[in-house]
Amino acid sequence: MKGRQPQLQSGRLFDKVYFPAMSICASFLIAGIVFALLGFDPVTAFGGLLSGSLGSLSAWGETLNKAVPVALTGLSYAIAQRCGVVNLGAEGQVYIGALCAVLAGTELEMPAPLHIPVTLLAAFLGGALFGTLPAVMKNRFGASELITTIMFNYVALYFVHYMIAGPIKDLDSGSNFAQSKQMLESAQLPRLLAGTRLHAGLIVAAAALVFYQFFLFHTTRGYEMRVIGLNRTTGECAGMNPRTNTLLSMFLAGGFAGLGGACELMGVQLRIMENAFNGFGFDGVAVALLGGNAAGGIALSSLLFGALKSGATKMQMRSGVPTATIYMLQGLIILFVVGKRLFDYRRLHKKPRRHPAKEDV
Amino acid sequence: MAYLELKHVTKRFGTVVANDDVSLCVERGQIHALLGENGAGKSTLMNILYGLYAPTEGEVWLDGQRLDIRDPKQAIAAGIGMVHQHFMLIPALTVIENVMLGYKEISRFRLNLHQAAQRFTALAEKFNMPISPWEKVEDLTIGQQQRLEILKALFRNSKLLILDEPTAVLTPQETATLFELLRQLTADGLTIIFITHKLGEVMDICDQCTVLRQGRVAAANLAISDIHSHEELAALMVGRSIDLVTHKTEARPGKPVLEVRDLRYTDQENVSRLNGLSFQVRAGEIVGVAGVDGNGQSELVRCITGLLKPESGAVALEGVDVTGRRPKEILEHGVAHIPEDRYKMAMVKELSINENLILMSYDKEPYSKHGILQWKEITRLNEALCQKYEVKTPGVHELAGRLSGGNQQKFVVGRELDRAAKLIIAVYPDRGLDIGTTKYIQSRLVEERDRGAAVLLLSTELDEILELSDTVLVLYQGRIMARLPQKDAKRETVGLLMAGVQDDETAGKEGETIC
Amino acid sequence: MENLTSFLSSLIRMSTPLLIAGLGLVFSANAGIVNIGTEGFMLLGALMGCAGSYWTGSALCGALIAMAATMVFSAVFAFFTLNMRADQTVVGAAINIFASGLTITLNRIIFDTTGGVPVIATYGPMPIPGLSSLPAVGVLFNQSVVCYLAFLAVPVVWYIMKKTHVGLEVRSVGENPRASDTLGINVLRTRWWTILLQGLLSGLAGSYMSMGQLSFFTEGMVSGKGYMALAVVVLGCYSPVGVLGASLIFGAGMALQYRLQAANTGVPYQIITMLPYVITLVAVCGFIRKSRSPAATGVAYTKE
Repeated sequence: MKGRQPQLQSGRLFDKVYFPAMSICASFLIAGIVFALLGFDPVTAFGGLLSGSLGSLSAWGETLNKAVPVALTGLSYAIAQRCGVVNLGAEGQVYIGALCAVLAGTELEMPAPLHIPVTLLAAFLGGALFGTLPAVMKNRFGASELITTIMFNYVALYFVHYMIAGPIKDLDSGSNFAQSKQMLESAQLPRLLAGTRLHAGLIVAAAALVFYQFFLFHTTRGYEMRVIGLNRTTGECAGMNPRTNTLLSMFLAGGFAGLGGACELMGVQLRIMENAFNGFGFDGVAVALLGGNAAGGIALSSLLFGALKSGATKMQMRSGVPTATIYMLQGLIILFVVGKRLFDYRRLHKKPRRHPAKEDV
Repeated sequence: MAYLELKHVTKRFGTVVANDDVSLCVERGQIHALLGENGAGKSTLMNILYGLYAPTEGEVWLDGQRLDIRDPKQAIAAGIGMVHQHFMLIPALTVIENVMLGYKEISRFRLNLHQAAQRFTALAEKFNMPISPWEKVEDLTIGQQQRLEILKALFRNSKLLILDEPTAVLTPQETATLFELLRQLTADGLTIIFITHKLGEVMDICDQCTVLRQGRVAAANLAISDIHSHEELAALMVGRSIDLVTHKTEARPGKPVLEVRDLRYTDQENVSRLNGLSFQVRAGEIVGVAGVDGNGQSELVRCITGLLKPESGAVALEGVDVTGRRPKEILEHGVAHIPEDRYKMAMVKELSINENLILMSYDKEPYSKHGILQWKEITRLNEALCQKYEVKTPGVHELAGRLSGGNQQKFVVGRELDRAAKLIIAVYPDRGLDIGTTKYIQSRLVEERDRGAAVLLLSTELDEILELSDTVLVLYQGRIMARLPQKDAKRETVGLLMAGVQDDETAGKEGETIC
Repeated sequence: MENLTSFLSSLIRMSTPLLIAGLGLVFSANAGIVNIGTEGFMLLGALMGCAGSYWTGSALCGALIAMAATMVFSAVFAFFTLNMRADQTVVGAAINIFASGLTITLNRIIFDTTGGVPVIATYGPMPIPGLSSLPAVGVLFNQSVVCYLAFLAVPVVWYIMKKTHVGLEVRSVGENPRASDTLGINVLRTRWWTILLQGLLSGLAGSYMSMGQLSFFTEGMVSGKGYMALAVVVLGCYSPVGVLGASLIFGAGMALQYRLQAANTGVPYQIITMLPYVITLVAVCGFIRKSRSPAATGVAYTKE
């Protein structure tokens, strides 16, 4: 990746660290207060969280494993956002991606070096095509993606429930649970590190992050997307086609989310069960926002969220704080990231500086 | 003692000083001009008076009393009314709803629109401004909207009326009507502050004049009778004596570059915006389109650049029919476009100058190869371009939004002109710029013409059109009223045409337009 | 006949929460606010209603506690979107995520889910003498107080929005905040109270789901109704009467869903469950063009 990355030239590096750091501190502080109010010991809770996520080699492996799907759903939100589309539908795209991966990973038979890429590709395409549906509705009917992407989440969820209870239900295992068949050995992601469950999804996520950064800042198509996302009319005047870009961005967004579902499926869950992928979509929103829609930021914030998820169980064991409280932490982090004016030291010192660009002062 | 006194008002926005120790005295019953360039601090000062901004320092005295105005509500209660340059009307609501918004003197809870409508109609009739209270504001003409703004202030019993650049959107005749109304209002006891940057208006209507320059008072309370020439005022306004005329030689037009034939366009609300336009622009000439805003200018430009598909008619570039082609294809035919609103249409303020400068050529070599952007090459080319077009910036990696308005416009103009386009469409290219930058951009356009480009210039500033154009077209309700060579395009004639009034002499000339 | 009665009954029960939440959104949406956090508000309202009713033994107290809790949430939303000028969609999403975690946690703490379902006071029916014994349609007059209030509120909200200063101010703030500001209207204050009111009503709507439709709370029970309420407002062209119509359409979809499930049609229930969501998708695609959102929707207002 040669050449300059223009977005790093602008804005101050200090701010890029300061605001997320403040958001995380404030979120933990408030969560700690809430824990205390609910009668738990916040110190024990956060201690459990820390040792459960980073306390041992296998914990690190877990954290990285959990970071993989949320990094991918984070990219899903981020790439759509860069093009000015709010993709709240990563959840559904994860499910459809996982569904396609299950079909490819249980119905096809081939050697692993071929089977894994084919399964990943199936998930990517499944998620991508499902992701383009709201984009088509937006282009064709002007339907707000805020509502459509969320409605498609429910459609996808119930469709997958239907599939695992009927057409692709696992009849061999003898249990009467609604669940799919297990992925064939050849379609499971290999372990990367002995003594941990760390799987090769990490490579997929890393590749996706690199692709994202390169695509947005070094290709003409990525440039078009960014222009349209920031100022649609200017893009149109420059001869860009916002509809095509909207479609492509949602295609990629769906694809990233689909890959996220596939990695989780092929590396961890190995079969689809009811509600097994819930929450990944909105985790992605938080990851992307905290990471400022930049590849490096998304990588770091997905690690944080991976740690939260992997440490949650130990937190519950040690202090009794339910794992669901992780969602509260996530919500708080998002809130403080977008409400960063709260920590704006410049604002605290003096009145807001008016842009010199504004005329007729 | 003066009716209104501002004493030593200073306003800072962060590090930017918008008003620096400004004092202003306005006598009762007079029309007082507040003259200054764009960015001189006129609007800020008046927004302070109207309570929209809090002054950093200074006092406001009205009718012998010190006022502490913290929000517009208090200003309104003190009898101050303001007509903003961009009207503060809500298009989706009716006239009377706009009038009643925030006015609780009749009743505090219920709106009581019918009672209000009666009072409104009586007031409108008194000043001879018939507007139906039940019409939606979006259906009013610009002139009617302005009168509604004035009525809104009168309805609230304003004694002091601030008008911010009121003539910017009017034809010369509408301006005359407005001036008549203003005289009637002062006769009725109102005091008026008239903000403008047009020298002629100051001489025509005002009693006294205060000149602001870069946030400071350059001259206070000049009696109009003491001013002898426009140049004298202009020198006060700019701070040096300047040449008000753009120099250009006789045009030597060549082959037609742009041909528009019988262009028609009807918008989504079924209003026909373009009614059979035909004209041509030849290489080496500047064709100016005069007209009041909203008479089809933006639709015309959009149809030519491919942003809108015309209903019928044809647009041809150098003889090639490009009607309804996509914007990209049309741009590639050698069309440059300096749009009316750079923030909205020509730049992305969150991106760097470097990224903004490749907006039209990012997909061409050497800017990109096989879909990959060549940042090194791009940076090198853009640094040269910034130098050539005198864009003042710390570097090409600076965010575009951080530049001053003038420098932003310069890089937009530079980007468009540097492509050696065959057709240049410039829409209000110097809107909101200071005189220096305006002159710079105008002379660049003339240079492009001399290079052999066809230039289509649209502006609501009649003076700019008359000065720059080799040929003047007058646009009224989507029709071309006349095509006049520069020497025949007199202010009065064009003004009448802009208002849709066509006399026999000019009607004859229209025959030429059907090519 | 019996089919009609039970259909009407479930129609009313299904429409009511959308109507209540939708009426709240009429205020905030007209003031230019898009609050997808409505989903989270309703979820919290559903839980806190149950909790309040469980603690005090009174449905009214449950409702009040639900509304108070969601008011706190809406104050957070208002503070971040209005004062901190954060993006409305993102703050809404954050609130939804927070609410899902909070409600799961609180539910386990308050109701100690290992035991059976606790018995709580619910919004019981209040038959209107005479009318409630009418054949077929009598069921319309055998509803809870909350239901009656919701339907009666429609003309009241209409009057406020169209005929009073308050309503005009709300509409103007959503259309052109700057112009409203120049006429002495406090934009932030107006938006603040519309968000608070909207939060309050969303809380009531949520509590109706757990105490009117059901008599207990389940995790994630709102399952998209908050987003549907947003769609209802857009579909109803931002007017209370339109919201009434749209809620009835959506309610009919959901009532139909339950009828189909009961009717043993052979279609898998998961597919039938999709129905309301699919209806929303179709509605959003088919009719939204006619609906014009206020000009300043989603844009934070700054004075300087």
